[in-house]
Amino acid sequence: MTGFLTLLYKEVLRFWKVSFQTVAAPVLTALLYLLIFSHVLDSHLQVNGVRYAAFLIPGLVMMSILQNAFANTSSSLIQSKVTGSIVFVLLPPISYVEFFLAYVVAAMLRGLMVGLGVLLVTGWFASLSFVAPVWILLFALIGGGVMGSLGMIAGIWADKFDQLAGFQNFLILPLTMLSGVFYSIHSLPLFWQQVSHFNPVFYMIDGFRYGFFGVSDVAPIMSLVVVAVSFIVVALITLALMRSGYKLRN
Amino acid sequence: MGVAVAIQQLVKCFGQLRALDGVSLEIAEGEFFGLLGPNGAGKTTLISCLAGLARPDAGMLKVMGYDVLADYREARRCLGVVPQELVFDPFFSVRETLRIQSGYFGIRNNDDWIDEILANLDLTSKAHINMRRLSGGMKRRVLVAQALVHKPPVIVLDEPTAGVDVELRQGLWQFVQRLNGEGHTVILTTHYLEEAEALCGRIAMLKQGRIVALDSTSNLLARYSGHTLNLRLANDRCLPDDLLARSSNTQGYRVFRLTGFDEIEPLLAEIRQAGGIIEDLRLTQTDLEDVFVSVMQEADGREGVAAR
Repeated sequence: MTGFLTLLYKEVLRFWKVSFQTVAAPVLTALLYLLIFSHVLDSHLQVNGVRYAAFLIPGLVMMSILQNAFANTSSSLIQSKVTGSIVFVLLPPISYVEFFLAYVVAAMLRGLMVGLGVLLVTGWFASLSFVAPVWILLFALIGGGVMGSLGMIAGIWADKFDQLAGFQNFLILPLTMLSGVFYSIHSLPLFWQQVSHFNPVFYMIDGFRYGFFGVSDVAPIMSLVVVAVSFIVVALITLALMRSGYKLRN
Repeated sequence: MGVAVAIQQLVKCFGQLRALDGVSLEIAEGEFFGLLGPNGAGKTTLISCLAGLARPDAGMLKVMGYDVLADYREARRCLGVVPQELVFDPFFSVRETLRIQSGYFGIRNNDDWIDEILANLDLTSKAHINMRRLSGGMKRRVLVAQALVHKPPVIVLDEPTAGVDVELRQGLWQFVQRLNGEGHTVILTTHYLEEAEALCGRIAMLKQGRIVALDSTSNLLARYSGHTLNLRLANDRCLPDDLLARSSNTQGYRVFRLTGFDEIEPLLAEIRQAGGIIEDLRLTQTDLEDVFVSVMQEADGREGVAAR
């Protein structure tokens, strides 16, 4: 247990020591999105009976959680692979399951921390409600877990920083941006509505937003099932990669 | 004395390359063991397999009786590895690095032992300094300290003195010798043959993934014992075949191994008869470097025969 806890502590300390870059910067980014979009759209638009700024904030919070959970595991792994310091965690008697859990839990914590930061600085700009806080927390945690696991796959697979950037820019960014952070999918043409249903991030955002307003595009229990199944699938793939020693022990 | 490290028929391939080609080796508890070989011989691959950093394709490895795959937790607890590359985690200070490393091995409140290691490696004054701000030599010392946090019975040093200044090298060897004296098994790979000669009780020489020599350092030296006569000849090619076969060619010198000084006179006479003109003559005592060169050349010869 101590090995796992130490690795978790190390992973948290790693991002906390550079929190200006890992926590404050993404909070500022989300704030800028809110200022710009709500300035342009807030007085014109209502989504699902909610003013646009209030609609946008949970989306931004969840997007920040997801992107930062991904960034934490992937950047930690690629950095220690490139510098070689990964040996310090490969030499000790730490199982691959402990390794996986420590990295993913740290990623979820960073996601939650950034998400809370975004909520605190943007919450002033709109009146938010918290209809179902348990759902908010559930989606934040499992969503962070999915992205933390995906970050591990990317970090294990990538040999260079630009490969990781490719993964981030061509997979994670489109998945999060096209998931309904900025709009309700009901405002999309029918074809794109259907396409959106194949994006697991859509369910993360939609379920998370349900926790605030009690309204959503799809039933929240359906979203929860999709997100939980996504987590199980991605986690199993990550664990299988780690068990095989792929790129880490070769 | 028990067996500290047991390796049987170890094979590790990288694509077409057989980096380790059936290595078998036993190292007893308390030994100071040397692993020598040219670059690419498989020394680091062997250590990686032992430490669980690489998965072997075939064969068996045990540390203190624990299989490195089946009982990996116990095996890794028994092993401290100083890696070859100068790696460090840039986020932490020296003390944080060592505390974290202790925690990975399940050890809490390890500060007494950490302080002792720091003192022995002359790092006490650097304890609070971030790893990034240390010089190369200091980083190397921290790597040694990291390998020792869990007091492993077997310590592996993979070329620990590459690029290290003389003072640190001396200090490091004193410390490692003390650990060996206290019962730790030490396995050393090095390019500095004089270090291996001075420190190691037994030596394995690797070439292209195979062990080509395995014996006590004194036996190896005795096998190629005595002196060597090194001659630089103006006309090397005039020597008859039997003289060429009796000698080796090292850095422009014909090297003749002597079992006694009485061999010198007839040898020089033979060379004179063949018309050899001597430009330089040196008489030296065999050291591990000569043994190494001879063993590697013999291995080449064997491969040549096998290839035909």
